[in-house]
Amino acid sequence: MIKINPKLNLNQEHITQCRKYAAGVAEDMQNFIDQHTTVATERAICRLLGIDGVDGFDVPMPNIVVAHLAEKNLLGVGAALLVGNAMVATGKTPQEIVEGISRGEIDLSKISIGDIEYAKQAINKIAAEKVQDIRENRKKREQTIEKHRDSENPLLYVIVATGNIYEDITQAQAAVAQGADVIAVIRTTGQSLLDYVPYGATTEGFGGTYATQENFRLMRAALDEAGEKAGRYIRLCNYASGLCMPEIAAMGAMERLDVMLNDALYGILFRDINMKRTMIDQYFSRVINGFAGIIINTGEDNYLTTADAVEEAHTVLTSQFLNEQFALLAGLPEEQMGLGHAFEIAPDVKNGFLYEISQAQMAREIFPKAPLKYMPPTKFMTGDIFMGTVQNALFNAVTVMTGQRIHLLGMLTEAIHTPFMSDRAQALDSARYIAHTMADMADEIEFKDGGIIQNRAAEVLEKACGLLAAIEQNKLFDTLEQGIFAGIKRGQDAGKGLDGVVLKAEGYFNPFIEMMLDV
Amino acid sequence: MNNQNNIRPYGDTLNDGKVQLSFTLPVPNDAKGCEAAKIMGKKMGMIDPAVAHSAALDAGFSFYVVYGSVAHDVDYDAIQVVAPVAQAMSMDEVSQFIRDNIGREVVIIGASTGTDAHTVGIDAIMNMKGFAGHYGLERYDMIQAHNLGSQVSNEDFIAKAMELKADVLLVGQTVTQKDVHIANLTELVEMLEAEGLRDKVVLICGGARISAELAKELGYDAGFGKDSYASDVATFAVQEMARRGMK
Repeated sequence: MIKINPKLNLNQEHITQCRKYAAGVAEDMQNFIDQHTTVATERAICRLLGIDGVDGFDVPMPNIVVAHLAEKNLLGVGAALLVGNAMVATGKTPQEIVEGISRGEIDLSKISIGDIEYAKQAINKIAAEKVQDIRENRKKREQTIEKHRDSENPLLYVIVATGNIYEDITQAQAAVAQGADVIAVIRTTGQSLLDYVPYGATTEGFGGTYATQENFRLMRAALDEAGEKAGRYIRLCNYASGLCMPEIAAMGAMERLDVMLNDALYGILFRDINMKRTMIDQYFSRVINGFAGIIINTGEDNYLTTADAVEEAHTVLTSQFLNEQFALLAGLPEEQMGLGHAFEIAPDVKNGFLYEISQAQMAREIFPKAPLKYMPPTKFMTGDIFMGTVQNALFNAVTVMTGQRIHLLGMLTEAIHTPFMSDRAQALDSARYIAHTMADMADEIEFKDGGIIQNRAAEVLEKACGLLAAIEQNKLFDTLEQGIFAGIKRGQDAGKGLDGVVLKAEGYFNPFIEMMLDV
Repeated sequence: MNNQNNIRPYGDTLNDGKVQLSFTLPVPNDAKGCEAAKIMGKKMGMIDPAVAHSAALDAGFSFYVVYGSVAHDVDYDAIQVVAPVAQAMSMDEVSQFIRDNIGREVVIIGASTGTDAHTVGIDAIMNMKGFAGHYGLERYDMIQAHNLGSQVSNEDFIAKAMELKADVLLVGQTVTQKDVHIANLTELVEMLEAEGLRDKVVLICGGARISAELAKELGYDAGFGKDSYASDVATFAVQEMARRGMK
């Protein structure tokens, strides 16, 4: 990991206060989360129990189970207990049981509940096997990273987004040959609002490619192959976000993804997904990601695409503190918290570069163990690709000077189209050049006491502290209703997916929470 | 003014035709690849294309930067373009225009519709802060602006338009692939017609890939591409309302 010496002279008292407020917000919310489950959480449990495939109408089997439970008003009891009960009663596997439900031959509400302990035993046995598989995946990743010696520099992250998984593989393998460390397969627009995960390999998408388990598997194999050739472990990134947060986390854990976009608030703000649904879903998704050794990337950078990067910088820091506390409650260690931020100050702001350094260095100092995710300029990128190259170069310089870890490379054609193969190569060349020519820059510089950079950080931290205090007092849901983040207001009972939230019934059971938190 | 019926790109001498071009070919980076790049340049109308740079992107892909002169010219004098607004009014002028000609607040709703998750365009036009020094519609005195955000379905968009009694509908389409934005924009027009609303609203689309011609062709009152600001959109909208006698 990149070592960065503190240079900002930050007020430690304020940092402690911020953490205390954020922990208060998260703990309050956890009480709510613990009382509920969602359709997506139950589908994720189904997937982890080995339930997969689709019926004749392409409806995924996990959705068939959950729709069946909802119809019988049993969702609150949870899929695990009822499937376990059916296993004991019929001697069938979970997959066989679901296929029976799909054909209308099995009705879980008609199977009388026998000894709950037997049902739990049956489920725990299968769950333990899956948990062991995921543990093996984690070990495989760790061993391969060790074998190739992990890069000490910022990890160079590029996207592929052709819509066709096979074309994505061509592009991804080329990017690895050009020096990429992380490949993110952008999802097709609109997938975040699907309340199911499509099935199988896919070759059509808009601005991205469907996240499916088969697509994950294909890309994983392709990156392992390209990484072996290049002598590096190539990390694969996707999106555990939207209405299928925990399900996609489960798929990623099974297929050894390494990085997942996974923000506690992003879906609420930017996809108008209901806040209750999102909070419950993010919890299980993070338990899975945490256990699987997957680095989560949070989405604070998005605030700045709508709100102003100078005026609203403190909301980014506030959200980072909140994401940190929610992640800790889900058992996700700091080393896996890819807290996000971005280089989005308008090019015409005097000393904007100094403010960017200040914000990036502040995140580095406040979250010293986190593999921070730093996003390139997007809002002020234009069709002037020549100017865009300069904007990206300045961004790269801040990345290196402040020891960011996950370095999302800016594309000179950001404002025009999804990247051409050559755009990616140009970005990688530029990033490598800057990382090399400025290799020890961070160690060589100090910031002037009371100068612009230090003062800016102090101001942002103080404002974040005030905002967190207010959020703790008002509670998170009310805060979101007031439009504090990114200037977007959301109602507690508005947004998509609320109908997928239910209160847990007596005896509810999710075997994976316990197994995954008890590492 | 000189006669401009045969202009060419300008490098450092009038009508020298100099252009720069970059592209990738699905072949290895070697002498044969460079020759392929040159032939491609010639076929695109370049005289004496020179490969200034070539690099391997992967074993089977190579990148080229090619310079040359084009043989083609353009009759500039013969070109006609449609611009939706001849002269944009300032924010205050728009407000005054509304007071004088419409006499009530104008309701404008905007969204990035369909699957497009990008709000950069619609935000630049609508948000209080605006973009590049041009305040957004939310700051206009006589305009009630509602930004519905991204991924708004055409159904929801129309429902909201009816609920808010919108005078003007703005549709933003930012990032697109395989022309999905065209299908989406067309669908909105068809749905408005089916609801009998098309003539009751001023319908405007915008985005980096939108041109005034395309917008007209799709059945919109106007389209705004890059380098358009809130004042352009507002000027067109209120002038169109006045022209139609909407009060």
